[in-house]
Amino acid sequence: MDWLSPQEWEAVALSLRVSFWATLCSLPVGVFIAYALARWQFPGKQIVNGLVHLPLILPPVVTGYLLLLTLGTQAPLGGFLKDLGIVFAFRWTGAALAAAVMGFPLMVRAIRLSLEAVDPKLEQAAATLGASPLWIFVTVTLPLILPGVIVGTILGFAKAMGEFGATITFVSNIPGQTQTLPSAIYAFLQVPGGESSALRLVVVSLIVAMSALVLSELLAARVAKRVRGV
Amino acid sequence: MTVSVSVKHRFSGFDLDVAFEAPAGVTALFGRSGSGKTTVVQTIAGLLRPEAGQVAVNGKTLFDSKTGVWVPPAKRRIGYVFQEGRLFPHLSVRQNLRYGAWFAKRGSGTASFDHVVEMLGIAPLLERRPAALSGGEKQRVAIGRALLSSPDLLLMDEPLAALDEARKLEILPYLERLRDETATPMIYVSHTVAEIARLATTIVVLNDGKMLRNGPASQVLGDPAVPFPLGVRGAGALLTTQVVAHHADGLTELSIGAGRLYLPRINAAAGARIRVRIAAQDVVLATRKPQEISALNILEGRVADVREGDGPGVMVSVEVDGQTVLSRITRRSRDALGLRIGMKCYAITKSVAVARDDIGTSVE
Repeated sequence: MDWLSPQEWEAVALSLRVSFWATLCSLPVGVFIAYALARWQFPGKQIVNGLVHLPLILPPVVTGYLLLLTLGTQAPLGGFLKDLGIVFAFRWTGAALAAAVMGFPLMVRAIRLSLEAVDPKLEQAAATLGASPLWIFVTVTLPLILPGVIVGTILGFAKAMGEFGATITFVSNIPGQTQTLPSAIYAFLQVPGGESSALRLVVVSLIVAMSALVLSELLAARVAKRVRGV
Repeated sequence: MTVSVSVKHRFSGFDLDVAFEAPAGVTALFGRSGSGKTTVVQTIAGLLRPEAGQVAVNGKTLFDSKTGVWVPPAKRRIGYVFQEGRLFPHLSVRQNLRYGAWFAKRGSGTASFDHVVEMLGIAPLLERRPAALSGGEKQRVAIGRALLSSPDLLLMDEPLAALDEARKLEILPYLERLRDETATPMIYVSHTVAEIARLATTIVVLNDGKMLRNGPASQVLGDPAVPFPLGVRGAGALLTTQVVAHHADGLTELSIGAGRLYLPRINAAAGARIRVRIAAQDVVLATRKPQEISALNILEGRVADVREGDGPGVMVSVEVDGQTVLSRITRRSRDALGLRIGMKCYAITKSVAVARDDIGTSVE
């Protein structure tokens, strides 16, 4: 496949890696937060809900700058993590973190909606049959919300693939390090003669986005059918 | 095997304060909607925690508000059949049935899968999904699922209330088999006299959050002093009879002592014990044996009790061979007949007046 230059390939591969890890790591947290918001009453619930949804409303640049302020190596938290060997700023891991934060509200919303559609009476029935709360979640709740989890995962992944503002603010635009697909398109558009490279990457973006959407629709429909049992 | 329950809970505009003991067999919790029946069974199952009370099954305390004992529902070993079935839609019937057995401790299972499937007649449904079942089939699977978790006690919260008459008649025989073939004690919640009359061995009557009566089924149903939650129209005595013969004209002859009842054909062998509920409003009284009358069932007995209500009616208890028949007549008729306690009289009822769902197999 030599219709993409090495630098273009690098951007595509990095974007896929960043999105994969961003989605994989935020999924368990997303399910947990969605469950807490849908089912539990606890003090500060509205604050948690607000924090989760903030990246949806804030300008991405602000989210990226806030990440830099808290997790940059000069910041107390970032410094502490650096001592533990964990560095986010200006690394691909930072791009993954920024992508995860930006995609998180979409993921949580989709999962929470499907959780609210699950009848708690089914979970009560499972309890009377001897299932502990954890087993109830694994054998009843999780299978029933699977369509929502799939939709949330794909949405999160698609958002991660397209994330630009927070990423470029937090981890900059270093080719091979933090230059994701959208950053690469932006960079190519800044130099004379870069339009053809940008255009090829635009085509790649379109293909990835469409495939993700079609795949999620098919998968969610199939799982939903299986869950409803018809 | 006994279940001892006491529940105190304050709802808005309604106080629940009930305490009773349920012996082995089927204990019916009987009362109109909103009398607190469901709260009581939810407390037993651990799905609801009342302000005060105790629950003990077989002497093992599951809940005690004084000592703070609280066993979570998953550890109570109490099966629960809900009104709406609550089958897991993502699992097949077979997986639904096996769900509880999977969590029950190995080796403690008393209910065999094949036996339960056969008893409930659900073998043809095993590979289906709940969405493809009728209401009656769903309820049978729900009963099987609860049984197969090998519970120490089975709670049934109006399991037939969501079904139409035909489906009820389809399931009642299975419930009777359940009562007669398994050793698992049951607490059965209902507001339908007919269901209770067929199934219960003990009846606890609840009204507005208080317990009105608690005793053996025939005693409670035959007691004219029990103001029935459905009003006097719900009153009716429970008779235990024996099948004598089936006649060619479609009637089954039943004996009650020396007396005979003729009812539309009952599917039971000669000698089988059958319980029949006869509604008090369907019983006519006479002081002399009537001749040339279309009603086939004429039982000779003695007046045991005459009780006046608020309206123009009186409830007369007639003792027939040690059992009680209730008859609701007007004060005017009582005065015309001069009915007094101890008097000989005849209780008359039409064969066709006895409803199909008021006839069931009897507990030995």
